[in-house]
Amino acid sequence: MVALLGVVLTVAAMLGAESVSFFEMTEQQRSILFDIRLPRILLGACVGASLAVAGAGLQSLLRNPLAEPYLLGVSNGAALGTMLAFVFVADSEFARPVMAFAGAGLATVAVYRMAQSRAGMNVERLVLSGVIVTTFLSSVIVMLTTLLDAAKLRSFTFWLLGDLSQATTNGVWISLIAVVIGTIVLTSQARALNLMMIGERDAVDFGVEVGRVRMLTFGAASLVVGAAVAASGSVGYVGLIVPHLIRLSVGSDNRLVVPLSAIAGAIFVVFADTIARTAIAPRELPVGAITALIGAPLFIYLLRKG
Amino acid sequence: MIEVREISVYYGAKSVLDRVSFHVADAALLAVVGPNGAGKTTLLRALNGTVRTASGAIKVNGEDVAAMTRREVATAVAVVAQENETRFPITVLEFVLSGRFANGGAFGWESEADIEAAYAAMRDCDLDRFESRVMNELSGGERQRVVLARALATQAKILLLDEPTANLDLAHQAMMFRLIRKRCDEDGYSAVVIAHDLNLVAQFADEILMLTNGNVAAHGRPRDVLTKTNIRDVFGVDVMLDENPSSGALRVTHIFN
Repeated sequence: MVALLGVVLTVAAMLGAESVSFFEMTEQQRSILFDIRLPRILLGACVGASLAVAGAGLQSLLRNPLAEPYLLGVSNGAALGTMLAFVFVADSEFARPVMAFAGAGLATVAVYRMAQSRAGMNVERLVLSGVIVTTFLSSVIVMLTTLLDAAKLRSFTFWLLGDLSQATTNGVWISLIAVVIGTIVLTSQARALNLMMIGERDAVDFGVEVGRVRMLTFGAASLVVGAAVAASGSVGYVGLIVPHLIRLSVGSDNRLVVPLSAIAGAIFVVFADTIARTAIAPRELPVGAITALIGAPLFIYLLRKG
Repeated sequence: MIEVREISVYYGAKSVLDRVSFHVADAALLAVVGPNGAGKTTLLRALNGTVRTASGAIKVNGEDVAAMTRREVATAVAVVAQENETRFPITVLEFVLSGRFANGGAFGWESEADIEAAYAAMRDCDLDRFESRVMNELSGGERQRVVLARALATQAKILLLDEPTANLDLAHQAMMFRLIRKRCDEDGYSAVVIAHDLNLVAQFADEILMLTNGNVAAHGRPRDVLTKTNIRDVFGVDVMLDENPSSGALRVTHIFN
């Protein structure tokens, strides 16, 4: 799977509005490859890995295969945080991920609290809470956009849909560090998450400190989603599609599902972004539009099956 | 060994258990009986510290449950809870191995000992060749045996079982109780079992705790607890009592009048 990721990254680097051969490069092609295309591909890989591990972790914790950062409103929380940093804190590259992390964390806790009832947490309640938080945050974001001028507004709208074209080297580093930490934390909790997946009461009975696992999982998910959204907006459904496919192929053990989701998520988003860049070249689509096109039907399928 | 001294539990202002005391020695099987809503499940959940008691004390192997970590409790006490379903495709082996969580590190994979314990427990529960079956595709009775196997796989010497025979056929009801009895007799386990079948209980339990409205109505040997008066007072039904001609145990027959 790591080899597949290597192949996808390489092919993605060669494809584009301007196709590049590694052996004969003009100065201009070199610049396209290293300054624009490579950061974008690497960012895509980090974003994909982030969203996929966050999805895998949240699904196990909440015992719900439909939990996903985008659908739960976690991505929108991060988007609002990013936007507040964008509008109010001068354009600092580090303020955005920090605010995004805070926004993601708050949205996660809000959805979790709303979804809980005395009878426990059922699937419908969780999904509905996610919808409510998402739409509420969306309306706040829309209100804030009135503060933007026309040029900024267009790039902002693109970003909101999930867009990797603004990739910078710093953005790649921040996302990479976040996703490495997040994946390690989630993998370290994988055995506890396996029990959480069966039931919260089972987890407590068999020795899991549920409060700690919940905090670490929410924290790690908020960290990776915050970094991903600050860099690329809300790319939807990655956290739904990727862990689902991984579970189909290796089963439900989170010690495999979490790390493999990271790799597969990277492959998936780089792949989707390559389509986004090349499908109607030289114009581009936001990558989020491609992932949603694949993810929404799968969501409906899973909902009906469940 | 479990010692329960004067415990009370409230859900909000409602009293669910009122100053309940008993103790279960090593190698003893205590059955808890009583009508729905008597507080049986709450009592069981208090025993492993997952329901908070308002007063009183619970000691497990001489240690105060309230002062133990979840992991410490889980290595001493194993639970067979009433059924729950998961939406994830978990295999029987994965499910049984999840019971070994408290025995290993979070990062780690299961050791040889973990896997051996899991297979031994599955064998005991008549689950040979079930290891790669998916939980959601099993029948209710099969799932219940898997849940018991997970508890046995922990090798914790105190077993708490909440209606473990509810979904089982006649053969597996007897198998379940024989298995628990055997662990008590041969390995010194202590078991607390909630059950509704008074005949099963009379056959296999050393002592019976009869609960009603959060109070102990009777506690002692089956013959002393399962009297016509007690059963009428607590369950509101009339029964006939005699002896099982084959096993010699007390036999309870419901008179449907």
